[in-house]
Amino acid sequence: MSNKKTKINFPPWGETPERERGLFVNNILKSYKDVAALKGISFEVQKNELFGLIGPDGAGKTTLMRILTTLLLPDSGHVTMDGADVVKNYKTIRKSIGYMPGRFSLYPDLSVEENLQFFATVFNTTVKKNYGLIKDIYSHIEPFKKRLAGRLSGGMKQKLALSCALIHKPKVLILDDPTTGVDAVSRREFWEMLKNLQKKDITIMVSTPYMDEASLCDRVALIQSGKIMDVDTPDAIVQKFGRKILAVKATETYRLINDLRGHHKAEAVYAFGQYIHFTAIDDDIEVTEMEQFLKNKNHQSIIVEEIVPGIEDVFMGLMKAPPSLP
Amino acid sequence: MKTILYILKKEFRQIFRNKTMLPMIIVVPLVQMLVLVFAANLNLRKIDVVVVDHDLSEASRQLVGKFDGIPFFNLKGANFSIESAEEKLEAGKAEMAMVIPPNFERKLIRENHSSLQLLINAIDGNSAQLIYAYSQAIISGFNKTLVADWKGIAEFSPPVSVDIAENYWFNKELDYKWYMAPGILAILVTVIGMFLSGMNLVREKEMGTIEQLNVTPIKKYQFILGKLIPFWVIALLDLALGLFIAKLAFNLPIVGSLWLLFGFAGLYLVSVLGLGLLISTLSNTQQQVMYVSFFFMMLFILMGGIFTPVESMPSWAQEVDRVNPIYYFMRIMRMVVLKGSGFFDLLEEFFSLLALGILFIGLAIWRYRKTA
Repeated sequence: MSNKKTKINFPPWGETPERERGLFVNNILKSYKDVAALKGISFEVQKNELFGLIGPDGAGKTTLMRILTTLLLPDSGHVTMDGADVVKNYKTIRKSIGYMPGRFSLYPDLSVEENLQFFATVFNTTVKKNYGLIKDIYSHIEPFKKRLAGRLSGGMKQKLALSCALIHKPKVLILDDPTTGVDAVSRREFWEMLKNLQKKDITIMVSTPYMDEASLCDRVALIQSGKIMDVDTPDAIVQKFGRKILAVKATETYRLINDLRGHHKAEAVYAFGQYIHFTAIDDDIEVTEMEQFLKNKNHQSIIVEEIVPGIEDVFMGLMKAPPSLP
Repeated sequence: MKTILYILKKEFRQIFRNKTMLPMIIVVPLVQMLVLVFAANLNLRKIDVVVVDHDLSEASRQLVGKFDGIPFFNLKGANFSIESAEEKLEAGKAEMAMVIPPNFERKLIRENHSSLQLLINAIDGNSAQLIYAYSQAIISGFNKTLVADWKGIAEFSPPVSVDIAENYWFNKELDYKWYMAPGILAILVTVIGMFLSGMNLVREKEMGTIEQLNVTPIKKYQFILGKLIPFWVIALLDLALGLFIAKLAFNLPIVGSLWLLFGFAGLYLVSVLGLGLLISTLSNTQQQVMYVSFFFMMLFILMGGIFTPVESMPSWAQEVDRVNPIYYFMRIMRMVVLKGSGFFDLLEEFFSLLALGILFIGLAIWRYRKTA
């Protein structure tokens, strides 16, 4: 799998002609009054790539998504999709993108079927024509097609929204926080659906605050406070990070965190589920050393192990360091 | 075209599924015609009068008898003290007190001249004036008979006087309901056009569906037409329903052409829908739409002359009414329904409404582009 990913690694600027690129974002700036939401965003998304925009709430993901979907004008910079500019050729863009906003935004007082039909008609097409594309997704909710969309469960709403976003066979699918408020099983299902769609000649850009979803993307951009911190495959991002991380566990979690933060070599201490991830200044720490330290502090059932950093660790690490742009 | 038709289909579906909108569309005209028209009645009935007769003469009794003989006045006992009569006025048990001083008759005979006092509750200035006018008519009638009786002029040569033969045009029986009904129908059309359309449009913002719509190739005009046409149709249907009820309930005469009436209503609705649209582009929630449209509705309705004739307003208010669509429509309703005016009698109203319609719709579309 990692083989395939390295192949997608994006070429230097200008090597591919613009129209062959899926999505090309160049130096986007956007401010709301005196708050700068996006401070110069640039990246590329390859055709038929599953690209993740990962960042905490308030990082500027939705603003960027709204610019990509022609809903918002950037203060400066350019975005092209399949060679069409999102500002100048917004009409073309609107025909060729599918957008699923973060908030459920279908008509709750129309039935599942009526919603789908409405969006098909609005895009000058019919449900029948593109049924093949949405079949895998829509078939889950088809038994409830007479039900009003407002009465669907969260997972079903999401599937309906995805169906509606796909009904006109878009070239680019843009999903803003699609898995927020959806249970773990539905989330997994949803990502499988995205993987399948990718095979059907659709470029997918998805934003999410969940870092565990990052590893499911072909490539990700890490965004924070309106700046891109890194763009690469999830594996490469982790490899580049190259820090040593200790996962620590003991019975008294709260005291453990405080003691770890008090450690004279501590650079970053974060709770990840049951474990505390510890990063030392200059990675100058050994497992045995840590075990001894905790024993001295009278902790019980101590577990200390060195782990391969996950994307979350990378993100935490990058967030701490002032974002430096290449 | 197919898109617009489908949008319309969707809008009607949503309206008929809406649990507040549908009852409003059906119940409002019923209530307005059957309750409001009867309630908003300025006709006076049964004025309670207290008489304080200090004279107790033949003349004073004759005068009191005249008041008693008119069904409009209800004599509520006699008193001998002005104070107790005033108390009744203060307690709201009487609308008028008539005080006849002692020596009323003697003065009449000796000095050919006498006076009495009327105390009228004037909290409602309109009815106070009416009461005064009625009383004056009675007293002057009494004066005439006095002259005839006492000066000994024979019945066969009646006193010289000018007879007034009234003929109330366009509303022969001065039926207040006939005057109110067209005005209230104008309000009905306005409510549907301004409130409902504005609220419906802003609902898309509230639900977030506008986000989804804005990335579709739907054109602005398709969306706006899809939003406005349903309420244009519903308002006209409601007008028809209201007229039908008025005809059944109190036989409202519809003298003029119905085609003309509905044509004007259609034109009027353009400006009202435009205003509703404008308000909804400036608002983010249905509540805001409610408040803002309520403000405009109150202003327009009260200035539009539903209860008080615009001609008696100060001249600046009359100038303001030039941009008040309800003012024109209320005039049109009354003139077509009661008077049977034709199109060429209403040219000024036609062009004014046309101009206002273009103005409001234009403003709304301009604003809509900017925010979307």
